[in-house]
Amino acid sequence: MASAIQVDDLSKSYLISHQPRERYRTLRDAISARARSLAAALTGKGGDGTGETTEEFWALRDVCFNVDFGERVGIIGRNGAGKSTLLKILSRITDPTRGRVAIEGRVASLLEVGTGFHPELTGRENVFLNGAVLGMTRAEIRRKFDEIVAFAEVERFLDTPVKRYSSGMYVRLAFAVAAHLDPEILVVDEVLAVGDAQFQKKCLGKMEEVGSAGRTVVFVSHNLPTVLRLCPRSLLLEGGRLVASGDTSRVIQTYLDTKAVGGDGRNGLKDLLRIGGMGEKFRFTGCTVLDSRGQATNRLLFGEPVTVRLEARAAAGLDDVSLVVGFDTYTEVRVATVLSEESGTLFNCASGEELVVSATPRHFVLKPGKYFVTVAARHHGRLLDHLLHALRFEVDGLPWRGARPASDTWGIIQVLADWVSPSSGLGFREASGPTDG
Amino acid sequence: MAALHQPLIIEAGRAERHYWRDLWRYRELFLFLTWRDILVRYKQTVMGIAWAVLRPLLAAVVFTVVFGKLANLPSDGVPYPLLVMVAILPWQLFANGLAEASNSLLSNAGMISKVYFPRIIIPTSAVIVSLVDLLFASVILVGLMAWYGAVPGWRALTLPLFVLLAFAAAIGGGLWCAALNVKYRDFRYLVPFVLQLGLYISPIGFTSSIVPQNWRLLYSLNPMAGVIDGVRWALLGGSAPMYWPGLALALAITAALLASGVAFFRRTEKSFADVI
Repeated sequence: MASAIQVDDLSKSYLISHQPRERYRTLRDAISARARSLAAALTGKGGDGTGETTEEFWALRDVCFNVDFGERVGIIGRNGAGKSTLLKILSRITDPTRGRVAIEGRVASLLEVGTGFHPELTGRENVFLNGAVLGMTRAEIRRKFDEIVAFAEVERFLDTPVKRYSSGMYVRLAFAVAAHLDPEILVVDEVLAVGDAQFQKKCLGKMEEVGSAGRTVVFVSHNLPTVLRLCPRSLLLEGGRLVASGDTSRVIQTYLDTKAVGGDGRNGLKDLLRIGGMGEKFRFTGCTVLDSRGQATNRLLFGEPVTVRLEARAAAGLDDVSLVVGFDTYTEVRVATVLSEESGTLFNCASGEELVVSATPRHFVLKPGKYFVTVAARHHGRLLDHLLHALRFEVDGLPWRGARPASDTWGIIQVLADWVSPSSGLGFREASGPTDG
Repeated sequence: MAALHQPLIIEAGRAERHYWRDLWRYRELFLFLTWRDILVRYKQTVMGIAWAVLRPLLAAVVFTVVFGKLANLPSDGVPYPLLVMVAILPWQLFANGLAEASNSLLSNAGMISKVYFPRIIIPTSAVIVSLVDLLFASVILVGLMAWYGAVPGWRALTLPLFVLLAFAAAIGGGLWCAALNVKYRDFRYLVPFVLQLGLYISPIGFTSSIVPQNWRLLYSLNPMAGVIDGVRWALLGGSAPMYWPGLALALAITAALLASGVAFFRRTEKSFADVI
């Protein structure tokens, strides 16, 4: 059987101009450039005279893969890796420069919810319009109309112009139309990141339903847990090339291993992504994970307490600094966040001197796996510095006493409980009668 | 799995081959977009329709006063307001259609960068809205003709041909301008200016017969001159005979404009999503 989507040697290049200007040109520019080059030709001076250098930029390079019928495939990669370009080619919005894509079946692509919505039109009119934009026929929209409206929960406002909708209603209606697309192949960008948490859950459920109905889905997202949940197989793009493909959890591992985050904590924090803060006023200068002997490491033994050592420097003296350390799993799920303020500890930073603080969360046993440490500093409720995924470490070791399968479904952290059976008061195992656990 | 139709192949330059078949496949979207444009235009119903009627009416009054009364130009025995009104309607179909079409791609940029469909749908549906405007505005013309007791003869049957000619010219020009507008953003300042000039160059406030005979063919290079002469010939009769070389030239130029407009649009439309 042929594949639903077959991509061969797909490449796309853009010409980027090295003049700091918008993507479009003005006629004035074009005319003056033409005039200059004409003048240059007349005076016999070399060069094209446009004063503009262009460079070819390959957004996608020799990408090959195929997607089978009924398969759900995730596409991950960091910003600029070519994910969006690939989607745009699959959706026929832009043409490839080289290569070939063969698609078997009706495709619907969803790069945005609410494309074509017009604020002046009513909810009812927009459902028809948006449906048509997404490729539904009139008969199809009419058939699904009630379902769409019920999903969006906007029955009472059907004849109100959508400009009067709350943003929540707007997004719900927009997603509802998209969710009722009925293609054989669905190409989706990160459209799930809309609405409140509850609606997002509903959207995700709908997506799973679409997937389990045997439809082929190509899903692009930054949200690794969602990809992991929706797609058994994933592709990893990097710099326009396909660098990994296969089982999603393995591809995510590869992605995180190549991702330019923190590394082992030895190579400083200067190049890291700073999300916010007060600039030079307060800066983290170091972040290290220590094992139980106080040695810097990025590998801990299972069950060993984890200690994070922070180094920071303030430009001027700063009192009452609160420090925050967060632990994330490799799928970017937050395991725990500790705040020094909550333990009643605030730090004073002398001008120009280095502040060194160690934090060891209590009763905190991470399961074997890879983790990120995120650090932040706050001052009277304001963010001083924030480093997302400042470093990475790994917890080694066997699952606890072999009783627990190494599966994500058993939770993120390891917890031990006191087990007591009321009948014996001691919790010993008895031959008859109920036992716990 | 449902019966599989021909697989869709995406390749560099491939879109070319199935262009017209694709256009047919997207005919429903075309209807919906046109319907949306019309709906939005007449959404606040009273003002929307009033606007379509008021604009030609005011223009007709000004032209009648300036050219008919002040300049005292000849009208070939036709009441001056009628002479002007008959010309203003096709001109506005052309000018508004062209202006709307040339801005249409930019105002639908969101859609162009997020969804595939043959882009030609957008400027074309913009011109159709002007055609609907024309229908509403024709009510005044009918009223005016009744007032002056002007009864059109058999020639009125040729009227749709001239309307079609103006429509085709608007689409041809509109496609050129729309595509250039995406590429060069200052093009949008040029379009209203040229249309403003066209309003005075075209035989709206006067008849083409006042143009000296040896300049007449040159004058007919403006396809709207042929359209307006034709509409006048069809509806008003009058003493002036049809200037056939002019009409033939208008037909040829419109055909060339349309064909080159479509060709240019198709050549550039692939890059719209990349630059818009």
